Amino acid sequence: MTDIATYNFAYLDEQTKRMIRRAILKGIAIPGYQVPFASREMPMPYGWGTGGVQVTASIIGPDDVLKVIDQGADDTTNAVSIRAFFRKVANVAVTTDTATATIIQTRHRIPEHPLSAGQVLVYQVPIPEPLRFLEPRETETRKMHALEEYGLMHVKLYEDIAKHGRIATTYAYPVKVEGRYVMDPSPTPKFDNPKMHRSPALQLFGAGREKRIYAVPPFTDVVSLDFEDHPFEVQTFDQPCALCAAENVYLDEVILDDHGGHMFVCSDTDHCEKRRADGHRGHLAPESHLAPGKMEPAQ
Amino acid sequence: MTDEPLLRVSGLSKFYGSRIGCENVTFDLWPGEVLAVVGESGSGKTTLLNCLSTRLLPSSGTASYRMRDGQFRELYRMSEAERRFLMRTDWGFVHQNPADGLRMTVSAGANVGERLMAVGDRHYGKIRATAVDWLSRVEIDEDRIDDEPRAFSGGMRQRLQIARNLVTGPRLVFMDEPTGGLDVSVQARLLDLLRGLVTDLGLAAIVVTHDLAVARLLSQRMMVMKDGRVVESGLTDRVLDDPRAPYTQLLVSSILQV
Repeated sequence: MTDIATYNFAYLDEQTKRMIRRAILKGIAIPGYQVPFASREMPMPYGWGTGGVQVTASIIGPDDVLKVIDQGADDTTNAVSIRAFFRKVANVAVTTDTATATIIQTRHRIPEHPLSAGQVLVYQVPIPEPLRFLEPRETETRKMHALEEYGLMHVKLYEDIAKHGRIATTYAYPVKVEGRYVMDPSPTPKFDNPKMHRSPALQLFGAGREKRIYAVPPFTDVVSLDFEDHPFEVQTFDQPCALCAAENVYLDEVILDDHGGHMFVCSDTDHCEKRRADGHRGHLAPESHLAPGKMEPAQ
Repeated sequence: MTDEPLLRVSGLSKFYGSRIGCENVTFDLWPGEVLAVVGESGSGKTTLLNCLSTRLLPSSGTASYRMRDGQFRELYRMSEAERRFLMRTDWGFVHQNPADGLRMTVSAGANVGERLMAVGDRHYGKIRATAVDWLSRVEIDEDRIDDEPRAFSGGMRQRLQIARNLVTGPRLVFMDEPTGGLDVSVQARLLDLLRGLVTDLGLAAIVVTHDLAVARLLSQRMMVMKDGRVVESGLTDRVLDDPRAPYTQLLVSSILQV
């Protein structure tokens, strides 16, 4: 880390960080409201978490411990790159352990381990506007938010039931925050929606391309929209994790061979590894604590 | 009918720069009454309709509407939130082109149900039952409920637009050339349907049309507009059978006889 001086701390200049912090504070003051901000070019393409990275860069300090996950995993390209980025430009400690992290930047998952007060969860958001696919005009959607006209959101859910017999939306499932703003929780599976409700952690959302920041302060009501006769429900899995035998967690399907072999494993790799270290064994777990095949444990 | 009007319009004018949209329009509309506004294109009919429905703000003049609690409210002094709420509950607006008034990419059932969901209905089964009921009232087969309006003919789209507007039981409906662009047999059935609905529901309506036959069939009273001003108004039969203003005489005599 000799080249730390090449960058300002955490890459962004101080004026930019102040601007983003102001947007974050406004977002916290108005839970669920999308605050426009002057999103910067980042050394990564849009869609790879430029919004989340800017939020993280603005709130991170030298004493923070950063965890980055991508679809629940600590060891995928996006997560590894962003973690390496902050180790380089901010020289902060990084971890894969949910409990010891102070800032967790995430793409599309909320960790299985319950978050605690003082932790900050930073979401990477591709499309912050939950009404976008129903109403293409930004002027109109902003007016709808301002006047609390959210009938259209239920039109989407109605269409789901009419076409599929149930609410078929499984990710980016719209929520109402503190009884006021309808918010897109980013493309997390709806399995994670209940974890947002009255979470003790601060939740920040950054959309770099769309130039919006929004926030859910700790202990805020987050209610998933539904119908009285078609209540909100999360995905269920009919088998436990094949490696750690965890139940009531979100599972990923992993293809094992060309003959239809597959297994369901925890999408949260940290959670899965901890359970296996504690001696939990799924029906496909090898004798050692390594995953099957030639995979090495995540660093 | 009650002894108070539903809508009071006084001295309503709309200027586009120095051009006149409509000027000094004054009338009262009573509950259950259908008022036709006729005139050639460019005479200010649609400007007037847009001002009355608060889609446009007039340059001067007032319009007050009697709310369900019996109190008159000045339309142009209401907040935008109140006006939009009025638009989707107590009012309806039927566009000439159904694509302007429908959501073309969601199903017919959702189009009808949208207003119900907008006022807080959260029971799928009830919303759907209401949608089925309204589709049958506008003569659309129940098995088309999950089809998108894109798959509908022009006449069906127009009937769907009417159902979508009437589902919240409005008291006042604005219609801009509701039969424009439809062939005559479809027009006839639509008019028949509209007349039935207006009578059954006791709707008040303001219908803008250039088609005097539509005015004759639907309305009890009519206003004739020319160059943004009202040149004649009165009972529909009187105006059409005994036109007094020279322009109205010209208009009535211009009807093609088949």
